[in-house]
Amino acid sequence: MELYELTVHQLVNLLDKGEVSSREIADSILDRIQSVESKVKAFLTLDEDRAREQASQTCRQAGGFLQGIPYGLKDLFCTRGMRTTCASRMLEHFVPPYDATAARKLAQAGGILVGKLNMDEFAMGSSTEHSAFFATHNPWDLERVPGGSSGGSAAAVAADEVPFSLGSDTGGSIRQPASFCGVVGFRPTYGRVSRWGVVAFASSLDQVGVFSKDVRDSALVMNLIAGHDPLDSTSVNLEVPDYTAFLNKGIKGMKIAYPREHFGPGVQNEIKQSVYQALQWFEQNGAVVEEVSLPHSEYALPAYYLVATAEASANLARFDGVRFGLRDEGADNIIELFSRSRANGFGAEVKRRIMLGTYALSSGYYDAYYLKALKVRRLIWEDFQKVFGDYDLIISPTTPTTAFKLGEKLGDPLTEYMTDILTVPVNMAGLPGISIPCGFAGGLPIGMQIIGKAFAEGTILQAAYAFEQSNRPNQKPPLGVN
Amino acid sequence: MALSLAEVEHVALLARLTLSENEKELFAQQLGAILEYVDKLRELPTDDIEPLSHILPVFNVFREDHCRPSPSREETMANAALVEDKQYRVPRII
Repeated sequence: MELYELTVHQLVNLLDKGEVSSREIADSILDRIQSVESKVKAFLTLDEDRAREQASQTCRQAGGFLQGIPYGLKDLFCTRGMRTTCASRMLEHFVPPYDATAARKLAQAGGILVGKLNMDEFAMGSSTEHSAFFATHNPWDLERVPGGSSGGSAAAVAADEVPFSLGSDTGGSIRQPASFCGVVGFRPTYGRVSRWGVVAFASSLDQVGVFSKDVRDSALVMNLIAGHDPLDSTSVNLEVPDYTAFLNKGIKGMKIAYPREHFGPGVQNEIKQSVYQALQWFEQNGAVVEEVSLPHSEYALPAYYLVATAEASANLARFDGVRFGLRDEGADNIIELFSRSRANGFGAEVKRRIMLGTYALSSGYYDAYYLKALKVRRLIWEDFQKVFGDYDLIISPTTPTTAFKLGEKLGDPLTEYMTDILTVPVNMAGLPGISIPCGFAGGLPIGMQIIGKAFAEGTILQAAYAFEQSNRPNQKPPLGVN
Repeated sequence: MALSLAEVEHVALLARLTLSENEKELFAQQLGAILEYVDKLRELPTDDIEPLSHILPVFNVFREDHCRPSPSREETMANAALVEDKQYRVPRII
């Protein structure tokens, strides 16, 4: 096996035993990127020289857990001294003066940041086609989307360009691309990981998470990034357990629920079959598996598109051309400065969502739209609370279909929004959720979503690991080498 | 049902977004369709339901008022397009 094919824990093992050097790992990764990146197009910014230099200077003995391990960050994470664009013309030349906390933690652990990964502009989208620069291609079928908004982060891991990456998940932006790209994507509980330095889309929904090749890696990276941050007043002051301690506990006696609403006619048959088979596996191996109802499921998506866009309209108000970002030169007055800078800097999807959110918050409509959506949010949250009163985990498909073709959903915004139908309820309730590979349909990966109680990341990893150990897909994307 | 041009222009002004005529037409239609979809929420009786704006039971997170190091003015203003005399320069406001 090539070094670039290995997981974080495999690389750490080799480094610890002195069988391989950080420089060799970096070279393998960078060569891999060179050979496949023209097909995948996952990176917006790549800093090969810096990575090689850091790898040459790194000393395994002196350093942290990630010493010598390369990784990528969604271009939503502020990285001091390294361009951070959020895949937008608005921030095309923006260089942050500080690091996001999650980025800083990985750097402090000795990780080697290879570059910044492509995404839908300002995290708004489900395909990465809304990047202002270019679309990323799904390594399993280059004519298909990797999903979004963290499409670059998912594709880079699937293509073995980096062993792990960070993304963000507001309505499914980690879990959905993980499902489309056949990798593990973990969204922790709201408040588990600091959002400081992560450019905000919807502040009550955004959460930082991990893409990896297996569940153990997910647990290892979670150990590093989780935790209270005084700079993020929404981060919780709860101790971070060692998530790897949950991995070998098995699933005997676990109570697993599957919501009938998530297996409806809108979900592709092969996907349902694949997840039903997985549920059977859980039952055969000692878990209690029962059907439940999340009765307000069909209202989660409309409520989400009001709450998220409303919050986005507020968060993106800071982009006015004054302190950072694109500035229109021809403005005669302040309103024109703002309006024209924003018109030039934002893409269509971002403008659409800002407009929708502004409308939902505007005088005369606030109660009917935004407030109404927040009330429905409570109903969705209560649905989950009821089920988690009797069960440990909820399992469903991650997405209603496998990866769609590039260009397929660009005509009608609503059809793209629908791809998040199984993931957004989790964000609305602030809960943790993982997507792990559980099969293929027509050569395209299928993802299974495992949802847990608030701060029960360990339980999710426990179940995911158990399934993965007995059901590992043996395929790799048919990328070939240039 | 599509939004009216006036509604689109009103929202665009609130959002500080200059839109082309094409964009106004397109958004009138698309936003209309999305709003029709989200109108589904009316099916649910919610008069007695409290809005859920924040998931966590966390309130008023304060810290002690102690000075800490901050990035320098130069670093912080480095991304601005127009800086003069250590200030951000903008067109006339009043």
